[in-house]
Amino acid sequence: MAFENRVDVEHPVHDIRTEAIKFFEEKGFPTKKDEAWKYTSLKTLLKNDYSVFPKEESALEFKDVKKYFIHDIDSYKIVFIDGIYSSHLSQTSHEGLDVCLMSSALSKPKYQLIIENYFNKIAKTDDSLTSLNTAFSREGAFINIPKGKVVDKPIQIIHLATGKESSIMLQPRSLVVVGENAHVQIIERHQSLTDNPVLTNAVTEIFTHKRGIVDYYKIQNDNPNASLIDNTYISQQQNSHASVHTFSFGGKITRNNLQFVHKGEHINSTLKGITITEDKQHVDHSTLVHHATPNCESHQDYKGIYSDSSTGVFNGRIIVEKEAQKTNGFQQSNNILIDDKATINAKPQLEIFADDVKCSHGCTIGQLDEEALFYLQSRGIPKKEARALLMYAFANNVLESVKIPEVKTRINKLIAMKLGVKVGFDL
Amino acid sequence: MLKIENLHASIDDKEILRGINLEVKPGEVHAIMGPNGSGKSTLSSVIAGNEDFEVTDGKISFLEEDIAELAPEERAHKGIFLSFQYPVEIPGVSVTNFMKTAINESRRAQGLEDMPANEMLKKIREKSELLEIDRKFLSRSLNQGFSGGEKKRNEIFQMAMLEPKLAILDETDSGLDIDALRIVSDGVNRLKSKDNAVVVITHYQRLLEYIVPDYVHVLLNGRIVKSGGKELALELEEKGYDWIKQEVAV
Repeated sequence: MAFENRVDVEHPVHDIRTEAIKFFEEKGFPTKKDEAWKYTSLKTLLKNDYSVFPKEESALEFKDVKKYFIHDIDSYKIVFIDGIYSSHLSQTSHEGLDVCLMSSALSKPKYQLIIENYFNKIAKTDDSLTSLNTAFSREGAFINIPKGKVVDKPIQIIHLATGKESSIMLQPRSLVVVGENAHVQIIERHQSLTDNPVLTNAVTEIFTHKRGIVDYYKIQNDNPNASLIDNTYISQQQNSHASVHTFSFGGKITRNNLQFVHKGEHINSTLKGITITEDKQHVDHSTLVHHATPNCESHQDYKGIYSDSSTGVFNGRIIVEKEAQKTNGFQQSNNILIDDKATINAKPQLEIFADDVKCSHGCTIGQLDEEALFYLQSRGIPKKEARALLMYAFANNVLESVKIPEVKTRINKLIAMKLGVKVGFDL
Repeated sequence: MLKIENLHASIDDKEILRGINLEVKPGEVHAIMGPNGSGKSTLSSVIAGNEDFEVTDGKISFLEEDIAELAPEERAHKGIFLSFQYPVEIPGVSVTNFMKTAINESRRAQGLEDMPANEMLKKIREKSELLEIDRKFLSRSLNQGFSGGEKKRNEIFQMAMLEPKLAILDETDSGLDIDALRIVSDGVNRLKSKDNAVVVITHYQRLLEYIVPDYVHVLLNGRIVKSGGKELALELEEKGYDWIKQEVAV
């Protein structure tokens, strides 16, 4: 099971896994009694009897899943079907960088040092879902960008679920190491191809060395029966820049645990998100930026638009240690509730122990501006399109920092689709 | 073209318009003047279809059709345009994209194809030159960070693009310096024809030196209490509104 067939029991990962299993067995799945899960219940998801490993490998043709890729750019691709690597759909590389699989990184001697240095080093060991992943994960993406390498094209990590099993639980585990002065852009997507329930419990660890740059884009537009618990841990060294943009439009329950730890000065961390939900969808952003060193900055900007009886959570935590003087930590969460039954629970948490810092948080919950709506309608724009235009305008500044134009275009299209309009905002 | 009979309208059960009668024919320019709180902006909002206001009595027809039940966009599609006193800022949507959306939505409503891109660009160029609008301005987010004058000029630019049959200019002169006032009025005058009409709502006579009205109406407490020619505006400028209030009281 899991890495067992590839990793001998002497391998350090074996001990890590054993510990993780033990922890999960003790702790179990989080419940609403846990403070961090007060507003997100996994109860309905855990009723399903999930297959943990698919019975058979499945093949897919690119043309059938093309729309889930950003297909109008050249890119490296690491594609998984029901948790199993698809060499047919992937385009990996070992030339000047490693864009490959966790299973191979864990089994090949040449990666042993990297695994020893990075694997499970920032993933929280006292988090039950992360432990569950550590224990049972069998595959994921392994990305190693050596010193000074500016990766020429983005890397897409795509997880597809075929629905061949009546319900499936996936545990992808990825590791990204960005060397000094290296630069990489990553696009990630989880996509179920049917209405059969899927529960993904993903863990990604990202290490950015001195002056390294990583831009990570998460496109979450899954089917109504697919749920995702995403645990992304980022460790940054001095002068590095890391940004994560999370676009949450689909899925049943989506939980984003996004944590940044600073290990040097002059670090820049950016966390941005656009959430648009409907029906009974639930999206939870739980962020943590841990300022442990001086002269660093973090920027959080999340926009949420909630319709019908959908629910949202924004739990944004900033910790500024005593040593972290001259920290600039900004956090913003703006939300629009379209319908009376929609709910958002927003909870900014600033824990500041240094005295010379600039930190701010702003949280707003409101409705669409009726005056603005009338203005647009009076110009001949129908109500539905006018509402969409206002929602787009509300969320737009999150898109400004997206550095890949094709990603921006795709997000624009997904937003228009989600809002049910044909207005081309990005004409 | 526009015919308003005994119009009563209220907001939150408070009656603002108390029996307005007004008829505007093609080719005419009407000015509506009156002190603060007399109902000027309410009248323009109600004509444009703002759903915040409830029409409790009377009739509004446009081109012989009762429009009281129509949504604001449907009125716009029929050719009614309202230039706002306080245009709304829409971040992330450029002036150009906004105009394209507005024009094509109107065309779709009329069963027409979208306007071809080159035709659209040509029109945008022509109309922006008319209003002396800089190209860079067109790629900025709609009204965001615009000065008062830029906002108003942009309103008239939109009017030029949409070519309405009836344009209602609500306090278009407020916040304009003398140069901007000239540009805006020139724009309005050049868009005037025997087939369209303009209703100018203003506090001051100043704008009416540039956009010369055929009729001036004085609105007081939700009613038109006096109508006359353009000389009435001059009289109001000189004497204020008190004499009319007294006249009405008598």
